[in-house]
Order: sequence, then C-alpha cells, then structure tokens
Amino acid sequence: MVLLVVSIVGPFFGILALTLITAFGIALVKAWMVASYFMHLNVEKKYIWWLLLGTLLFVVTLFAGMAPDVLVSEGLNWKNCMVDNTCVPQRL
Amino acid sequence: MSFTAPVATGRSTTGIPTARLAMWWLLASEIVIFGGLVAVYLLLRLHNPGWGEEASHTNVWAGAINTFVLLTSSYFIVLGHKYSELKETEKANKFMLLTVLFGFIFLIVKAYEYTTEIMHGFTLFKSVFWSFYYVATAIHATHVIVGMLAIYLISRGVKKGKNLHRTEVVGIYWHFVDIVWIFLFPLLYIAK
Repeated sequence: MVLLVVSIVGPFFGILALTLITAFGIALVKAWMVASYFMHLNVEKKYIWWLLLGTLLFVVTLFAGMAPDVLVSEGLNWKNCMVDNTCVPQRL
Repeated sequence: MSFTAPVATGRSTTGIPTARLAMWWLLASEIVIFGGLVAVYLLLRLHNPGWGEEASHTNVWAGAINTFVLLTSSYFIVLGHKYSELKETEKANKFMLLTVLFGFIFLIVKAYEYTTEIMHGFTLFKSVFWSFYYVATAIHATHVIVGMLAIYLISRGVKKGKNLHRTEVVGIYWHFVDIVWIFLFPLLYIAK
C-alpha cells in the first residue's frame, strides 16, 4: 500500500528522475516481491529462472533491434523521410 | 491439524510437479506477448513525447484502485493455496471465490473507465496512444477473465477435496496477471 501511494505521488512533482524511480522503480520492486514470495520463485528450481529470463532476453532483443530505426531520424548517409514528410510517393 | 507434505509435490519427472512446469512454460510465452507489446509501446513513447499529454487523460485513481484490488486478490489466492496444502478445503474454496470476486471488481472498475473515456471521445482510433491503451488493457482484461473462470472451475473441485494441487498452478497464473498490471499501471496511467 505504501509503495502504491509513493508510486502515484512521485510523478506529481514533474521531475523525470523522480518519476522513473517512484513509478517504474517501485513497479519493479512490487513485481519482484510478487514473483519471489507469491509465486515462490525464490525457492523454485533454478532452470525456471533461466526459462523466464530467456524469454525476457527475446523481448530485450526486440527492443534493441528496433530502437535504432524508431529513435534515430538521421545518420551519416541516410535520413528518415517520415520525420519531416519528405518521402517521395512510390508508384507500383 | 498436523502438517502434511505439500499436495503439489506428488508427480514430478523434472524436479518440480509437471502441472507447475507446464504453467511456467505458458507464462514464458506470455512474457513474450506482453513484453513485445510493452517494448513497442516504450519505443513509440520515447519517440513521441506528446504521448505524455494523452496519458494525462487516463484515470490514475481508477488505475490505483485496480492495482490495490489485484494485489489483494493475489494475496487471497496465496491463502487459497495455503489452505489447499493443509487440506482445509472449505477455507481454500472461500479464498478462491474471494479471488474471483476481486477479479470481478477489477473488471467493473475497468468497464467504468472504458465508458467514461469513450464518452469523452478517447476511442480506440483517436491516436496511437489510445490504440495501445485499449489493446494492452483489453488483452490484460481477457487474461483476468480466463483466470477467474479457471479459479472458479478449480475451486469447485477443491471444495470436494479433488485436485488440490491445481490451486497452486492457477495461483501462479493469477500472480503473473497481477505482475503485468503492475507494469501497465505506471506505463499507461502514471507517466505523464
């Protein structure tokens, strides 16, 4: 309950670092507590950890693979024309 | 009542009960489903700072109430599991039904949110943020409904003293649904 209140109040200050810590940091703590104590992962076989972490790795790979295309709009010899609407319409 | 060995340790060829192992495999696939959704959301959110303004229209208090409701329901299913292990079937059944009830409360709050948002013009196709909002919360709500049905069906057997180990297995699923919401709440409601 305390963690929930802190996670709601924190972002009201409008400070990015505080928002990240109170909202997402506390979400991580809550998820960790549920996984460890309610799901009993703290006493579960180690290969279950590897199974779950393996699938998380897929998600991180997805994020890392797409991030350059989405977050970067231009490089040395290229530019994402979608950013400034300069794309030339293609005729099939 | 004297302590007996956990009923969920009866069958095992891999070091853990087969049903529990199957549930972990299911959740591993669920991590990819929800993880993919969250990863794409994060990418687009970082690329579009304007989404913060869109997110300010979501109802933080309704989201907070639902977080509290789901966490409480998770605690109830833990108690259901505890009493299943102790073979106190009446109490186990009671806490499983309380879990279902709290799942129902979650859905009522969600329905209220959907109604007010749609009435204010924040529909599925208003913007990409709202598309993500509805898709993510609807997929999650579907998992809540499936969990409620599973817990209810299993509770009927538990009441008769049958298949008590299933309480733990369905409980693991329910906790996962809770964890997904724990991440959806700051992503869609808190971060403006």
